[in-house]
Amino acid sequence: MTRRSYDLVIVGSGAGGGTVAQELSSLCRDGVRIVVLEKGPKLSAEEFTGRELEMAQALYEDGGGFLNAERTMTFAFGSTYGGSTAVYTGTSLLPPKHVLERWNVPDCTFADVEQRARKFMTENNVHFLEDKWINENNRLFVEGCRLLGYRAQQFPVNLKGCRGSSLCNLGCPNQAKQGTDRVQLPRAEQNGVEVITRCEVLRIGEKTISARVHAKPSGGKGEPSPWPPGDYEIEAKVIVVCAGAVNSPALLLRSGLGPRLPRLGSGFTCHPAFIMVAEHARAITNFVGHPKSFYLDQFARSDRFLLETCMYFPFVTAKSMAGFGGEHSRFMRAFPRLQMILVLACDEVDAHNRVTVDSAGRPVVHYRCTPEVMRGLVQGAIVSARIFFAAGALRVHLPVAPCATIERTDAARLDQIAEHPDFKPGKISISAAHLQGGCAMGRGPADSVTDGFGRVHGIPWLFVADSSLFPNSLEINPYLTIMALADRVAETIRKDAHALL
Amino acid sequence: MTFLSPVRSIFRAVVSTVVPEAKSLGEPGWSELEMLVETTLQDRPRAMHRQLRLFLRAIQWLPVFRHGKRFTSLSAEQRMQILGYLQDHRVEAIRCGFWGLRTLALLGYYGRPEGAQATGYAADPRGWEALR
Repeated sequence: MTRRSYDLVIVGSGAGGGTVAQELSSLCRDGVRIVVLEKGPKLSAEEFTGRELEMAQALYEDGGGFLNAERTMTFAFGSTYGGSTAVYTGTSLLPPKHVLERWNVPDCTFADVEQRARKFMTENNVHFLEDKWINENNRLFVEGCRLLGYRAQQFPVNLKGCRGSSLCNLGCPNQAKQGTDRVQLPRAEQNGVEVITRCEVLRIGEKTISARVHAKPSGGKGEPSPWPPGDYEIEAKVIVVCAGAVNSPALLLRSGLGPRLPRLGSGFTCHPAFIMVAEHARAITNFVGHPKSFYLDQFARSDRFLLETCMYFPFVTAKSMAGFGGEHSRFMRAFPRLQMILVLACDEVDAHNRVTVDSAGRPVVHYRCTPEVMRGLVQGAIVSARIFFAAGALRVHLPVAPCATIERTDAARLDQIAEHPDFKPGKISISAAHLQGGCAMGRGPADSVTDGFGRVHGIPWLFVADSSLFPNSLEINPYLTIMALADRVAETIRKDAHALL
Repeated sequence: MTFLSPVRSIFRAVVSTVVPEAKSLGEPGWSELEMLVETTLQDRPRAMHRQLRLFLRAIQWLPVFRHGKRFTSLSAEQRMQILGYLQDHRVEAIRCGFWGLRTLALLGYYGRPEGAQATGYAADPRGWEALR
């Protein structure tokens, strides 16, 4: 066991951890020692090959296939330098006012969160892509929406020098996406923050952390950890947990905080989603250009779903479609002619859906789609099918239909399918990448895990700063909101530095 | 012993039903496909390996009651029926078991560069420049 000592330890380097690291890094000038412990590796620029399986294995927890306890869906979240900001598409939306108001967290106003989110929009170069860089997969979505009277909106994205590889979800091979791996972490390191990769945090004790540094696997990607492999005990005056909505609650649970924080792990939401695919008569630009440039949120409040453009890779696409055999293969062989839409349900906190740990302390996510979520996904699938057909698609793959292929000539059947969908958990491929909740902010231990500034109730030196703070679904892509909340946590620590550090 | 070695012939029959093009794979293609599946499963719990092998054996013997033959001896159409039955089964755990197996079949087939290229997918890190 090797012993180390720091003033401040940050667990995780994603949107939350990277932001906290940068915002507190100025303290290093005053001699404050700060370290970020990241479970995943740091890859060099040339290691981002865009090859599907090898990149998924290198950058995601469980290669992007983390299963829920019921084995009915998978969760995709990053496990690398920069966390999920290294593997998302750069979409950067401001938090919705009605959601923040509904959260009703003391001292956490919409105005404050929005103002901080705007700061990161500037810092991370968030802007709208120029029209000339929008590919046909996105244009057809906009056109389909327009013909149906829907209001498609453009995503602001945090890109700089995007070449349109379409490989965002496999880590940008051109380092164009301005996640914390490109912006906040390098700045923090310049200011004196240490980042220790391949370092898995096992437990948190009284101002201490037990961690294990893993050796680089033979043939694996990424640099070796700056620390030699082995077990470590790290003393810290302040600990900020930013390991994401699965690993943050799991870490606190296996650290024995469950009994004093009864809400720990509860309130997990994730925007369960599936991919819709349609075939056009001609090849379209789909696997070139930014994949996720537009979205439709006008049904979010009424029907509880969002639609986003997307373009995935062969295995993920194949997995996401229902069925198998000749029909399935026919869609796959039409890849250059495929248009895709991601349907996301705006799920609500549900008593069943939570994070626990197994006997070995590993995270277990219990998640079942509620009837409302299923309704939202079905409605989203039907609206997507209408958009595809309005945009000229020949046939649509509709996973909630008894026979998944719907020909253009059969479009009238959509109403019938909407009334009698074939939605069986375990048959339809559902996945989620917007993982939220588990360490919710609130008033006290009876309703939450932390206060409105991410401080764990009753433990003044322990903070949480990631999407696990969300008391309920954000209803949009979460990164800017996570950064804004992390900024609040960092400010709180800075203000209390004399007492805490 | 690898995950697939005791159930290789059944797994290949399942893959060839899930992705009909897999029938034309030569031995190097199958080896590559199976290597991807083994690599993906190596970090998963041993219990999951056992469950998947058990599920494959159940697929092999299930048709005996209906068709008097094991899965590997059935026609392509009969295999489709058996897998379709599992996919739509009223018991969620059985649907999930099939979903897991189907996912592995698709991962092995489309995770190979040749499998991906055969779909016409050709993303390039150079993006628009490569298209021009």
